[in-house]
Parts: sequence; structure tokens; C-alpha cells
Amino acid sequence: MNITGKAWRFGDNVDTDIIIPARYLNTSDPKELAKHCMEGIKPGFTELVKEGDIIVAGRNFGCGSSREHAPLAIKAAGIQVVVAKSFARIFYRNAFNIGLPIIESEEVVDATEEGDTLKIDLDKGEVINLTKNLVFTIQPLPDFMKELITDGGLIPHLAKKGGY
Amino acid sequence: MGMTITEKILAAHADLDMVKPGQLIKARVDMALANDITAPLAIKAFKSAGGEKVFAQDKISLVLDHFTPNKDIPSAIQCQEVRKFAYEQDIINFYDVGSVGIEHVLLPEQGLVLPGDVVIGADSHTCTYGALGAFSTGVGSTDLGAVMLTGEIWLKVPPSIKLVYKGSLPKWITGKDLILYTIGDLGVEGALYKAMEFCGETISQLSMDARFTMANMAIEAGAKNGIFAPDEKTEAYVQPRAKRTYQIYRSDPDAEYLFTREYDVSTLEPQVALPHSPDNVRGVSEVGEIKIDQVVIGSCTNGRLEDLRLAASILKGKKIAKGVRCIVIPGTQQVYLDALKEGIIETFIEAGAAVSTPTCGPCLGGHMGVLAPGEKAVSTTNRNFIGRMGHSQSEVYLTSPAVAAASAIAGKIVGPEEVN
Repeated sequence: MNITGKAWRFGDNVDTDIIIPARYLNTSDPKELAKHCMEGIKPGFTELVKEGDIIVAGRNFGCGSSREHAPLAIKAAGIQVVVAKSFARIFYRNAFNIGLPIIESEEVVDATEEGDTLKIDLDKGEVINLTKNLVFTIQPLPDFMKELITDGGLIPHLAKKGGY
Repeated sequence: MGMTITEKILAAHADLDMVKPGQLIKARVDMALANDITAPLAIKAFKSAGGEKVFAQDKISLVLDHFTPNKDIPSAIQCQEVRKFAYEQDIINFYDVGSVGIEHVLLPEQGLVLPGDVVIGADSHTCTYGALGAFSTGVGSTDLGAVMLTGEIWLKVPPSIKLVYKGSLPKWITGKDLILYTIGDLGVEGALYKAMEFCGETISQLSMDARFTMANMAIEAGAKNGIFAPDEKTEAYVQPRAKRTYQIYRSDPDAEYLFTREYDVSTLEPQVALPHSPDNVRGVSEVGEIKIDQVVIGSCTNGRLEDLRLAASILKGKKIAKGVRCIVIPGTQQVYLDALKEGIIETFIEAGAAVSTPTCGPCLGGHMGVLAPGEKAVSTTNRNFIGRMGHSQSEVYLTSPAVAAASAIAGKIVGPEEVN
């Protein structure tokens, strides 16, 4: 799996109320949710994001609520991967379960500025910052996780395979 | 090598003699729950995975507590979907307007969660039931959908950290102050992926309501679960409520902990978490002059009878300050009724507070008290993230019911000593 996109930088402890405020949780339609993604700290984020862009954030990304609407909103906004120094545990499970790949890497985050173009190879376990010409090694995803992402999340994957 | 209470419960539910931190297990679930926001997605996941019948009608709780009584048409449609599923599947523990309470106040009150249980909920504050000596944690809707289908969940056994509380509780110091102080010390990711085990001589002085408050906010330090060893108070709470057998677990003396922290509570003053993070904690005397527009007393953190009693004891015979809106939300119908019989509701209304039917309401900026730009609220809830209670330029200060009530009278953030 190869991903190339422009980085949007965020800090530490980006919580689920920032990712998608609860007042919009009267629906679970991803497109509706995407309209309000990150509006508390980056108003207009959804209009600025291009399909295929990447979120690069600090520690404890996705802390707070268990709402699966958070990774759904990010994915529907066009973001194809989130790279962070660490993730809150419920968000971590939710992201994979709905088919949004996430990567934990201190080095990649420290070296990335907003607007940098990143090329991510999930098979090889490599991140290249094309803007700065830097190469990083990351933990490659195991095959079943890659399949899960490709199938669009846990449920479509289980429906297709009848198990993991 | 000994095991912690968390490890013992998980081992028992995976049919293993012992488990170690980091081990992946498949655990049986005693109670699975979802609310009006998370259930629609979980039902969708359940059906998409080919689900026809839930694993057990009596081991699922569906609680319509967040945006109810419905605030708008989309929320009404969400509840309609859950209601339809609950009737279709004969879900026994289905709570709708009239019987509904805030899920984490309601389930223990109804005896649906018990010591030694594994409880999985599509709500991050599911960790509340650790107060009973259960393993309980929050997950997303897809995971919950899979639990409704299989009755099982895969989990990684968390390492435990030991939090030891020493000394006698000073007047006005509550479970909320202890947990805010702890989160202030550990930070919002200080317990990430870990089990927080609450121990020490002070615990025996804490009521069950106070323990629920503390376990409830374990997630605010990033924890997977928070847990107390059951004692006489737990037994006294559980026995009249339980409709099935339960198991008491306690940590072994040689159990392993990642680290231990000791807190002397005897010198603690009431605590306040300032915007915009639950770990931005200071003593009330260090907060400075902060004028407020709204006070919220309620939520899965502090909407129990003891919380309302404490707030009412301060508000009795006094008036809410001009320009302050004080909203009181009993956690369940039972709490509401008990408060009514004790004259507590009368006290609130005479003081000039608005009393609402049980709902999560303003805690997550849903309804029943959403903030305008620039407004400041003191709230007994659990999160004060940007935009949590309304506009992104509003502010939330988290406190105990005592500080909330005192602040409602003063019109600014003060400790209870200043109005009594």
C-alpha cells in the first residue's frame, strides 16, 4: 500500500471534541460529519483538505470520547492516513476498524512541517518526506491489517472473509 | 508471581490461569452497552457482519441518554433506529424516556453491572464500573457491534499503576477532587493504555458514589480502566441490587505494577480543572477571579444522590447569583425521585436553579445548556476540551458539586468555605 499526500500539522492531545464536536453527532453520515472535522481549532479545514492528504500530529491523538464518528469524519474529509507520536487507545482501535490507517512515529512527526509532501509505503514500512528529502523506517503493517484496511474496515473485511 | 485485580478478572473471562500485561486475550463479556449516539453505528456494524440475533438479550443494555428527550429530528431518527432494534431483538435492558437515566449512573443502580464482571461499552466513560471491582472499558461502535454478535472481545491485558491515597478527607473534599488532583499529576496521557488501581487507607472513607466519580474519570488520564477492590461498602451497595451471582477479586500482595504514586489527601483543597484540559488542575484558591455565566451539576461523573445532596446543602436558603444560569440534572429517575422526597429538588428550585430530566445534555454540548462565544461555565462533568459545552470560544471549569454550588451563589469560582 502506497500513500502520497500533503501534511496537515497538529499538536498534542487532539481530542475527539476537536475532531468532531458532539453537537453534530445527531447523524452518523460520514459526509455530514466531515463538514465539521477539526472546526474548533482549524476552521475551514474540510474545504482546505485535498483528497489524499495526511494528518501529522503529536502525542495522544484522538483522546476523549469513544465516538467512532471521529475517524469516520477524518476519513470522509479526504485524509488517508494519520501519523502521530501516539494515539489514545479507543481511537486506535476505531481507526483500524473503520479502515483508516494510522502510524505511530516520533521521528516522522518531529521532522514534518505543514505542507510537506510525504510518501508512505505500508508494505515496506517506510516514510519519505519528499519535500525535505528524508527517509524514515516505520513498523510495517501485518498482512491481515493491510487486508482489513483495503477491504474498508473490520466489518466489510469479516463479511468478505468470514473471519480475520 | 501474583496478579492484579484487573489481570485476575481478565484471566477468568478468558479461561486462563494467569495473564500478563501485553498478552492478547479473547474475553467473555458480561454486559455490553451502547447509547443513542453509538448504538446506531453498532447496529449497522452488527447487521453488516451478518448478525441476525444478539448473543444474549439480557447481556446488552441500550440506553437513550445523550440527546433525549430528543432535541431535533436527526436525534429522534437515531433513537427510532435503536428503539426498533431493541424491540426486534427483545433487548431486556432497554431504557427510553421515562425510565432512562445517564447510562453510567443507571447500570450500577439497576444492578446490571457487578463486581468481577467484564463490561464493554460504546462510551468512553464505561470505565465507571471499576468502582464496583469490575473490569470495564470503552470501545467504538464497530467493536461493540462485534460484541453484540459474539459475546466476546479481543483485548490486550493492560499493565497496572497503583495510586495510593493516604490521610483523612478534609471537609468539602470529594472523590472529584481526588481524581482531578490525580489527573493533574499524571497528565492526560499519564495512564495511556493502562489500568489505574485506586488503593490506600483513604478509600474506605469514600462512599460508592465517590468511587464511581473517580473510576469514571480514569479515561481522562488515558487509562483503559480504573478499578477499586470491593469492600464492605461495595457489598452493601451490590447485594440488594444483584440479580445474579458475582465474584470478588483482589490484587495479590506480590502483584506487579508499572509504578506507584502516593497522595496525601489531608492537606488537599477543592480542585478545579481549567480550560481546555482535564489535567490543567489547580487548587480553588489559585484560580483567581473568574466570573461565570453558567453552572451545571449532574452527568455520569457527578449526577448521583450524594452529589445533589452536597450541592443542596450549600444552596439551602441562598440564591443563585444574578446573571448565572444554574442547571441541575439528576442522573436517573431514581436519583430524581429520592432527591424530590428528601426536599433537595425544592432547595434547588427555591435557590433559582433549573432542574432537568436525566440526560447527558450540556456535558457534551448537545442540548439543555449550550454555551455562547465567550461564556464561562463551572461544571461537575468530566471534560473541558475546546467546544465541549458549546461554542469553541466558550470555557468550561471542572469541579466538585460543592465548588459548583458555591460558585453559583458567588457568581464566580469560589470554594464552599466562602459562601457558608
